[in-house]
Amino acid sequence: MKTRREFHKLAAATAVALAVPAIVGSKVFAQDKPIRVGASVSLTGPLASTKNGLIGYELWRDDVNAAGGLLGRKVELVTYDDQSSAANVPAIYSKLVDVDACDVLFSPYGANLSAPVMPFIKQRDLFMIGMFGLAGNDVAKHDKFFHSGPWGPNSGRDWARGFFDLAKAQGVKKIAIINADLEFSKNAAKGGAEVAKEYGMEIVFNQSYPPNTTDFSSMIRNINAGDPEAIFIASYPADSTAIIRGVKEIGISDKVKIFGGAMVGPQYGALLSSLGPELNGLVNSHTFVPEPTMQTPAIKGFFDRYTPIAVKQGVDPLGYYIPPFYYVAGQLAAAAITGSKSVDPAKMAAFLHANSVDTIAGKIAFNEIGDWKERRVLMVQLRGIKGNDLEQFRNPGHQVILDPPSLKTGDLAGPYNKARAS
Amino acid sequence: MISIDILLNAVVTGILLGSVYASLALGLAITFGILHIPNIAHPTLVVAGAFFVYTLSQWGLDPILAALIGLVPFYILGVALYIFYSRVFERRGGANVLQSLTLFFGLSLVIEILLALGFGSELKSVSVSYIGSSLKLGLLTIPYRLLIPALLGPVMIGAVWLYLSRTNSGTAIRAVAHEERALSIAGLNPASVKRHAFGIATATAVVAGAALIMVGPVEPFAGRFQIGRVFAIVVLAGMGSIPGSLAIAIIIGIAEALVSSYLNPSWSPGVAFAILLLGLALRPQGLFGAAR
Repeated sequence: MKTRREFHKLAAATAVALAVPAIVGSKVFAQDKPIRVGASVSLTGPLASTKNGLIGYELWRDDVNAAGGLLGRKVELVTYDDQSSAANVPAIYSKLVDVDACDVLFSPYGANLSAPVMPFIKQRDLFMIGMFGLAGNDVAKHDKFFHSGPWGPNSGRDWARGFFDLAKAQGVKKIAIINADLEFSKNAAKGGAEVAKEYGMEIVFNQSYPPNTTDFSSMIRNINAGDPEAIFIASYPADSTAIIRGVKEIGISDKVKIFGGAMVGPQYGALLSSLGPELNGLVNSHTFVPEPTMQTPAIKGFFDRYTPIAVKQGVDPLGYYIPPFYYVAGQLAAAAITGSKSVDPAKMAAFLHANSVDTIAGKIAFNEIGDWKERRVLMVQLRGIKGNDLEQFRNPGHQVILDPPSLKTGDLAGPYNKARAS
Repeated sequence: MISIDILLNAVVTGILLGSVYASLALGLAITFGILHIPNIAHPTLVVAGAFFVYTLSQWGLDPILAALIGLVPFYILGVALYIFYSRVFERRGGANVLQSLTLFFGLSLVIEILLALGFGSELKSVSVSYIGSSLKLGLLTIPYRLLIPALLGPVMIGAVWLYLSRTNSGTAIRAVAHEERALSIAGLNPASVKRHAFGIATATAVVAGAALIMVGPVEPFAGRFQIGRVFAIVVLAGMGSIPGSLAIAIIIGIAEALVSSYLNPSWSPGVAFAILLLGLALRPQGLFGAAR
């Protein structure tokens, strides 16, 4: 009996001796260890042109750490290359959560790569900032997911509504729609067709084409046969180039008042420089352009630091489309952490739902599924482009904002053939 | 109702695209069709050729001239690749198709990564005065962007076909595919003949690359989209039939253009394989291949 009592005392003492340092130590350790932010980035593969976003993440991390970190803890970025393949994404995020113990997650780039991770995020009830995934949370409706991109509510249908608003203002009655057979383009074309019908426009041509189509001459002839007054295009960089060149080679009806809409490519330095004056007249979506209504000291400061790094790394030296919003993703995470004084997903999400956040892209407020409450996709018209010098695109007046009205810097120049020749 | 100008333009566009496809497939017609080496890295070598042309075009050289300059280095590259392949597999007597496929798949990945590291992942294109304008002939509007690269195909294929059929070394290349030992008895080194043939096949990649980058911009991973089509052309033409590959490529090009014009462009990637299945059902040895 005595032996058993002594044994119990000894066991209790041992447990206390082990537990106290562990409890105290874990608190100290938790305060000392960095806040880990995990993301997959497409460093290789067909989406590798988006890797300049990583510069945005890194600049944000450096800024936060230089200011003392978040909640007194340094911020550590944990990234893996998803090789632009959706198949790699689930394993990467499992590792980020279960092995790397990340506190905050940034999604992969775009809807195609983000889709596989959404069920995981919802099931594990994790906090995530979405990176350019159009309508990325419309199915999962996860309440701890927030978009860094300016798509706005009902984005699957409405993100390119600005193009149709402009067409409607021009009295367009007949419209043609073409799109690449890929997730983003298909969604854009489907949403565009719905908005066109809502505005009473007749869709005279509506066709998709396979990725990496190199010749659009027959499609352009068929479009001309339909006699449209507007042409809405949802394309990817290689096809955007082929379409622009095809229009120049085959010609397009003088009745076309507005041309473009959702072409991926003319936002990037490589295409701006290679196509140069061939882009004149195009009306296309964008997220940021250096027009007076968008230039703030904060965004200017970002690009002053981004450009030399991008030049050194050999990525897009302009970087208007993606990198600022990767920095914004960091700012949203920082606001959620400092605002809620926690890295608890529920508390962070509650803070972002209840408060708007000041970022380098302006003030952002979210709806219940993490869309920006206000759509802020730009429709810009490319104008006055001479030669292939990329530096001209740093100046205002070459990417004139037509929509939204709050940021507008000019009116639509048309019809398209006239604007193209100017 | 079928508009005659849309029909005519679709057929001509198909011929031009088919001719470009033939340029892309020529190297594979030699390595796979004649040497029976399943070089699935060939489309990636074509993309490497396109980047070579892009690099020289930055110094003001015309893409075609750049391609001609690239013939020698790409021939040497091909010879080196064959030596590596031969040492890894053939000398050990283990050159089965699966191992060869694995090797060339790995090679294509390595080339893609090297291109991405060297040039970045952005699209690259060449700027030449004739890109963007068209030749107008009655109802026809023919973009020079397609016409000039399309002319490269028949010229290159004709030159290779003449070489293979009219010269002794060309005859040796065709012979090595049939009976290596007989070639040895005749005093020729089969490995040397194959090396030379692989060099020629790889040299065609730089000309095809010039055609590819004139038609549209390229990025390091662009070869992946061409693999299926070029294999379909080589197999359907009949293994080793060089003129046959041109004819089949043009048939596929026309079929794709007609499908795009009159049905749905989204169906066009399936056209090559639909024709392949139909063709092989009718003639298992390929439309221009000799029965064995």
